[in-house]
Amino acid sequence: METGKLRLRPPRHALDRRAITWWRTQGALVFGPAVLVLAFLGLLIPPAAGWLLGPAVVVAVLGVVWCAVLPRWWFGLHRWEVTDTAVYVRSGFLWQEWRVAPLSRVQTVDTLRGPLQQRFGLATVTVTTASARGAVRLRGLDAQVAADVAERLTERTDATPGDAT
Amino acid sequence: MSGFDEAEAGGTRTAPGGSRAGSGERGAVAGWRRLDRRTLGVTAVLMAGVAVSAGTPVAIGTRSPWLLPAAALLVGAGVLLEYVRWRHTRFRCTAERLEIEFRFAFHTRKSLPRERIRTVDLTANPLHRAFGVATLSIGTGRQERITLSPLAKADAEALRTELLHRAPSTQDGPLATLDPRWIRYAPVSFVAPTLGLAAFGSLFKVADWFGAGGGLLKWLLGLFGDLPLAVGILLLLVLALVVGVAGAVGLFTEMWWHYRLDREPGGTLRVRRGLFTTRTITVEERRLRGVELVEPLGARLAGAARVDAIATGVEHDDDKTESKTLLPAAPTTVAHDVAARVLGERIEAVELVPHPVAARGRRLRWALLTVLGPVLVLLLLGALLTDVLLVLGGVLAVVALPVAVLLARDAYRALGHGSRGRYLVTRAGSVRRSTAVLTRDGVIGWTVKQSVFQRRRGLATFTATTAAGSGAYSIHDADAAEGLVFAADAVPGVLMPFLETSVSAEPPRT
Repeated sequence: METGKLRLRPPRHALDRRAITWWRTQGALVFGPAVLVLAFLGLLIPPAAGWLLGPAVVVAVLGVVWCAVLPRWWFGLHRWEVTDTAVYVRSGFLWQEWRVAPLSRVQTVDTLRGPLQQRFGLATVTVTTASARGAVRLRGLDAQVAADVAERLTERTDATPGDAT
Repeated sequence: MSGFDEAEAGGTRTAPGGSRAGSGERGAVAGWRRLDRRTLGVTAVLMAGVAVSAGTPVAIGTRSPWLLPAAALLVGAGVLLEYVRWRHTRFRCTAERLEIEFRFAFHTRKSLPRERIRTVDLTANPLHRAFGVATLSIGTGRQERITLSPLAKADAEALRTELLHRAPSTQDGPLATLDPRWIRYAPVSFVAPTLGLAAFGSLFKVADWFGAGGGLLKWLLGLFGDLPLAVGILLLLVLALVVGVAGAVGLFTEMWWHYRLDREPGGTLRVRRGLFTTRTITVEERRLRGVELVEPLGARLAGAARVDAIATGVEHDDDKTESKTLLPAAPTTVAHDVAARVLGERIEAVELVPHPVAARGRRLRWALLTVLGPVLVLLLLGALLTDVLLVLGGVLAVVALPVAVLLARDAYRALGHGSRGRYLVTRAGSVRRSTAVLTRDGVIGWTVKQSVFQRRRGLATFTATTAAGSGAYSIHDADAAEGLVFAADAVPGVLMPFLETSVSAEPPRT
């Protein structure tokens, strides 16, 4: 957005730095097997070697660039904040998204740690509201920070009367 | 109650029977009631119907002497099962809860806090009506609906009023009743062509069962004698359309005959309708978060609009729009009147802010891409394979491009947002133009989205999330800065803390 005009300010906190490695590992897990399968088949079937090894190299280069460049960029774009009144998250890169959910409307707070996230000591906090499409996700927080956030949110929402619709 | 208690308490609970002291005695306990006994008759007729329809083709094929006993067994077994269900099901309505028990072999008990009851609907299919009974169905806003099937019609009415704490009679007169002339909007709905094609489809399917699918087509085309094939196909399409229109009119009549919309004392909206199968749909006004004025292209060209309720507790995964429709396609002025009576605010009086011209450019580009994709594929294939495809591509381009451009411009004209009183309004769409009117305090969050393309042009999409209806209503491609001000003003306190007019890039990280 242009300067001088009204805009949404970036949320206060960045994700945990380890999220970059987490994203890189995810990228490697997607690109790696594809490259391996192509290369393996290429070596196994000599007549088709050119048709398989070529794409293998292309995918490998793409994967390396992807893992090297994008996570750093994403890290700058993904930010979050929990104030006394709301959860505020910025995410996405080509399609940027700012989500605000007032704490008075929060219904559940879930913490999720996938196998990869556990490996890196990260966690995802999902804050759902009564809307079918209003969930706010904080992906890639430090596990301890995530636990604290979840606890704080739970306390705050417990204190709010009403059924949050 | 807080969000967490709510999640734990759940909507309904099924527990092993007999677990609670005092519920052991049968029947004698005050307040326990049974379903209506006439369900046995309903089941008998239903099973007989199944037996006849399933048995007839078999009888034609085999002439087996066992057919009649088998049919009798089927009916007998069905009635017996229903007897067991009826005999051992009981329910009661206490001051706080609605309880339903089934105790036979296994025990189930459903106990529903009455404050969770959001909708109570009555349905009676023709068979039910012949027996004077109706099915009561209770919505809680969760996945599962609770049904009491069947109850005597008067009992069902009484229980509905009891569950909703409503006085039984209506006073002010209806908010709307059916005007038979509205039937003229039935053929222009999307239902008509769909029904026509479906009719043909099932015709061929049935013919296929008898191995006569190809024969049927030949016979149909033979009807037109020596006409060229193309004309024959065209005539078939026209025939399908006529069938579809007839079907749409029939469907409209069956669904909307005897339609009337009432406001009942105590704050519920009640829709009653149906020719053969009668339905009663109730929306509590405290669950109402607004209405959506829907104008599908055909209806809009004919000057008609439909009014849907945006309410919590109306199942959102339910694609059948009928369960939330307050008014079927009716003249736009009528739709505006009904919406005004429901909301207490006139929608058409709200001044909508038009969106920046850049939004029109986006729509035109989408339209062109949608058309040019298939055209280019056809032209490419045509250049490689046969000239017919070239001609086809040309025809498609000539026909579809103007249509796409018209739709895109129309879609841009539709865009707008505004607010008035308790409500915020957003309008969008060409093929299905929708004007959503949401109560501001029903908005439980904002999502702002901006793609790289939108960022370059200073546009953004603002989505209000709500517990009702589809869960989210969007203001598409509004001016980014103006939209922020609007969203922040419309729902005070949500976006405001996160706005800035600053010039700097990113603040220092913490």
